[in-house]
Amino acid sequence: MTFPILSVIVFTPFVAGMLILLMPGERKTEIRMTALAAAAFALLLSIWVYFSYDVAAAGYQFQEQYSWLPALGIGYHVGVDGLSTPLVLLTGVVMFTGVLISWNIDDRPREFFAFLFILATGVFGVFVALDLFQLFFFYEIAVFPMYLLISIWGWVKTREYAAMKLTLYLFIGSVVALVGGLAMYWAAGAQSFDMLVLEQAGFSEAFQRTWFLPVFIGFAVLGGIFPFHNWSPDGHVAAPTAVSMFHAGVLMKLGAFAALRVGIMLLPEGAKHWAWLIMLLALVNVVYGAFIAMVQTDFKYVIGFSSVSHMGLVMMGFATLTKQGLTGSGVQMFSHGVMTALFFAAVGMVYNQAHTREIPKLGGFAKVMPFTAIGFIIGGLVSMGMPGFSGFVAEFPIFMGVWQVKPWIAILAAISIIITASYIMLVVRRVFFGDMPEEFVGHTHDVTVLDKVALTLLSVLMIGIGIFPALMVPMVQSGVENVLRLLGGA
Amino acid sequence: MATETLIWLLPLPPLLAFFLIVLFTNRNKALSHWIGVGAAALSWLGSMIVFVRALGVEHLGEHPFASAINWLPLGDTWLKIGVRIDPLSAVVLFFVGWTVFMIFLYSVGYHNYGQPEGDHDRPGLPPHGATATDEHGHEHAVPSVEPMYSRFFAFIGLFAFGMYTLVVSDNLLTLFVGWEIMGLCSYLLIGFWYGKKSARDAAIKAFMTTRIGDVFMLLGIAFLYTATGSLSYDVVFSERVLHALATTPAFFGLTAAGMIGLLLFIGAVGKSAQWPLHVWLPDAMEGPTPVSAMIHAATMVSAGVYMTIRIFPLFSAGWDGHGLTATMSIIAFIGAFTALFAATIAVAQNDIKRVLAYSTISQLGYMIAAIGIGAYVAAAFHLVTHAFFKALLFLGSGSVIHGMEHGVLHTGDHDVDPQDMFNMGGLYKKMPVTFWTFLIGGFALSGFPLVTAGFWSKDEIFADAFGHGHMAVFITLALAAFLTAFYTMRQITLSFLGKPRTGVAEHAQETPWTMTVPLMVLAIFAVTFGWVGIPEHFPGLGGLLPNWFHEFVGGTLAVRPEAVAFSMAPLLTSLGVALGGLFFGWLVYRKVQAGAVDPLKKVLGPVHTLLENKYYFDEAYDFLFVKPAYWLAETFTYKWIDRGLIDNILHSFGRAATWLGSALRNYFDLPFINRFVGDGSAAVVRKAGSELRYVETGRIQQYMIAAMSTLIVVGALLYYFFLA
Repeated sequence: MTFPILSVIVFTPFVAGMLILLMPGERKTEIRMTALAAAAFALLLSIWVYFSYDVAAAGYQFQEQYSWLPALGIGYHVGVDGLSTPLVLLTGVVMFTGVLISWNIDDRPREFFAFLFILATGVFGVFVALDLFQLFFFYEIAVFPMYLLISIWGWVKTREYAAMKLTLYLFIGSVVALVGGLAMYWAAGAQSFDMLVLEQAGFSEAFQRTWFLPVFIGFAVLGGIFPFHNWSPDGHVAAPTAVSMFHAGVLMKLGAFAALRVGIMLLPEGAKHWAWLIMLLALVNVVYGAFIAMVQTDFKYVIGFSSVSHMGLVMMGFATLTKQGLTGSGVQMFSHGVMTALFFAAVGMVYNQAHTREIPKLGGFAKVMPFTAIGFIIGGLVSMGMPGFSGFVAEFPIFMGVWQVKPWIAILAAISIIITASYIMLVVRRVFFGDMPEEFVGHTHDVTVLDKVALTLLSVLMIGIGIFPALMVPMVQSGVENVLRLLGGA
Repeated sequence: MATETLIWLLPLPPLLAFFLIVLFTNRNKALSHWIGVGAAALSWLGSMIVFVRALGVEHLGEHPFASAINWLPLGDTWLKIGVRIDPLSAVVLFFVGWTVFMIFLYSVGYHNYGQPEGDHDRPGLPPHGATATDEHGHEHAVPSVEPMYSRFFAFIGLFAFGMYTLVVSDNLLTLFVGWEIMGLCSYLLIGFWYGKKSARDAAIKAFMTTRIGDVFMLLGIAFLYTATGSLSYDVVFSERVLHALATTPAFFGLTAAGMIGLLLFIGAVGKSAQWPLHVWLPDAMEGPTPVSAMIHAATMVSAGVYMTIRIFPLFSAGWDGHGLTATMSIIAFIGAFTALFAATIAVAQNDIKRVLAYSTISQLGYMIAAIGIGAYVAAAFHLVTHAFFKALLFLGSGSVIHGMEHGVLHTGDHDVDPQDMFNMGGLYKKMPVTFWTFLIGGFALSGFPLVTAGFWSKDEIFADAFGHGHMAVFITLALAAFLTAFYTMRQITLSFLGKPRTGVAEHAQETPWTMTVPLMVLAIFAVTFGWVGIPEHFPGLGGLLPNWFHEFVGGTLAVRPEAVAFSMAPLLTSLGVALGGLFFGWLVYRKVQAGAVDPLKKVLGPVHTLLENKYYFDEAYDFLFVKPAYWLAETFTYKWIDRGLIDNILHSFGRAATWLGSALRNYFDLPFINRFVGDGSAAVVRKAGSELRYVETGRIQQYMIAAMSTLIVVGALLYYFFLA
């Protein structure tokens, strides 16, 4: 038997979380070291998976299959393809940097890291799941700790409201999707939840058209699709830094990814039928999110709404159902994940020093924390879609795909590029440059070495992919080809 | 070294310099500028080698230096990136190499290298000056060195990388990459003195305005790729592809070729500051003067014109050589209109750099108009000559300002604006090198006959417009040329001639050699470069030198354009407007006294005020676009839709659920169940009741029920519509 690398990746955080729970709460250093070791281990393994994935062979690789509840046709089946491999890597990266950034959390670090790691297991689990039931199972595991993480460690003012809003939205979304999943199970009649089986089930056209929307939208709620996006900015803002990073960086991809995997791939005929609607909703996301981000005065809300806008691009790429569009979305999921993790990390660093996130009250932070400023600017360039950064590699194909399908949507969506540039510029100018308000002078200091490591790692990824798109694009494309096969064959 | 390899390497030295300076030599000023200037010199040397080798190739147009590699996999094909030097890019490379190198050198002096650090200087603000003690123990106010000296060289290095990348690109994608890098550097460098609010605002304005153009350009690129499957020049400008594009209808009655050309052209409108996206360039003068010279005169703004020339085959596809295609008409209109419109504003500006800024907009308009009427070679010719003489003028103005600042320090009179031309006068005595070179640049700009480069290139545009019967364009450009000569002479007269109008001007001083040498070098080109493009049938001079430029650059196109037949009318017009404008400019301004009002103001009255305020474009844009955009974002989208409508729907679902819960409890549960059902089920009921009561504890939890009810409604609807 080969080494079950995916299972090891999935359960490493969980095991580490349990270990951490067993440790005495006051031994904070040991807890942190354990967390870091586990995160590093998971990251290394996901890097290993990323680089040993055979792009030429494509398809699902590193598969493992065990029966779980055979009576119901539920199995444990994991594997990665060209679309999920980058996301596994993304999760590893965000988890690792998240631990680095949360190093100084002093309030019950034991529970914090344990919950964070349970969350990570859930996320890894969804990305590698090839069994529909298992996917739901991990999905719920990923969503639940979020509630605790936000309501306990979050921003005092809104954490209860935001945690509840977020949890309910996501649970309800997943319930709707679950109903769709069950419908598929019964309609296929194969006594199996295995998605590779369901892909071949040949659902009737009417069935697909009926169930596509509940399944896609149900998952896409977690991707922040309009008009079900409202949990996300509130949730991001209330969450502590590492959780925001996880949340916007990885969790939203979970929604988009599941919407693709279950919605589009299992119900391709439905996808074709409803693509126009998804495209339209995504367009609203893109423009609307950007507009709102532009007028926020809270630093973190700016980033929160920018995520709504950028995730709209992901779903817009999906809705093109073209090779370029889907490939762009695949890369965008990774690129946005890294970028937004960096953004939230930077916001957290500024907040830790200034204890306010009101943009008009900030200023001049580039001088005290140059690393953060440079990191943020790099992230900003990614989000503006500057060539040479990963954002361009992602957005350019998306726009190209959209142009093929509906040029006027591409034109409208392009408005967001201008708006994005405006709010990024504004934040950079007001927060990092200009004069530092009196009360901060002398009371602020540079970020820690660990923070710098995290910022550097995230920045390097974005620049690396921007300059050498061949590092990621062919892999994503191999996954997209499979999707296109399903779309064409149905 | 193989020429192709050399071309690949051209952009790299400045990029390397950027990283070296940022990472290692940030604290060492001398090392930083040596790395910066050295890198510029290397790229310059490489460019010259490539240029010379390009001259040696026969039919370079058909057989350009080219090499490409795979970069971005897109669908079934790779998007290739590569380098290409054909006649057009060779001449652009020539002027880019020279101007960039000269401006790097000039920056050393401009930022007061070798002077002491100022006591009150701080990063983000222009240096205020320092006090130095000479050998006799006297204290002098002297200029102080720029506090962010090294950073400046890093930024202009990155900029030069962008420009070289753009020029050597063989495709629109890497062109766009260079384009965006320059946009970013322009932002960084306009806002270089970020401590000044005006500089910060100008930086953002420049970035945002050009960004509007960029978005259209990106869409044009997406359209082009979708339609042709490639972005490489040799593919998209091949006859087969052009023919296909010219016969495919797009929207608004344009062909696909016309539409793509138009979208790409809008990018150039932003980058080359054409009306209606011209508003950023004058404000961009907030940046240090070498930046204005390099980015906002010689290279970046020229890049927009370069791209428009590059895509000429695209938007002229299907053109029969007579009536213009729709896209060409639009381009010609925008160019000609901008040329005249900006020239009128330049007449009423008092800041020495702002005059040049509007002049740049106007001259770029000439080129755009030329390319719009199909005068391919003339546009390229003016692009090159303009880059030389406008860089020269900007550097000259920087030298003037520098000299004036010296006067400010000497007199201690800090209220005198060293950039206001009405505070100058008589500088020809104090700053002879600057004066003579500025005069050459100014005459070239005005199109002073026969000796200056500007005359030949402008004349070619006139001849083409006249010869092909585009009379509207011809007249507009002629009017603009008159104004150009007028405001140029106004500038020269006010700054250099007559007597000093302030004490500051009396104590102005010539600048160091690092600044004057670049002026002299550029002045040479501002004269001689015109001689390579003298029309063959020009009276007297024609035929003495071959019209090399036309032959060479014309070879870029698949069908070599015919040189237009010689005609006296445009030549006489050209002579008349240039000399007339110069004469009137001198006549009106030769006797302006200190503190006097602009003589033109007395004549023009309110029109002058309108011009002074740039036709109120800034105010109008603010009212028409910026404010509504913020209203749309803040009030409509955020307050009404997001927080109002969407959140309120959720909250009212919550309220409805609470109401339902308490109604059940109070009107059903308590009165009926409790009363009529025995104690046996009471425990169960109480439990249910307390659970229901739970929803009343806070409005958050109501979402649960709210959402559940939504689910039921949606489910029922789905069932009704699809299954029943």
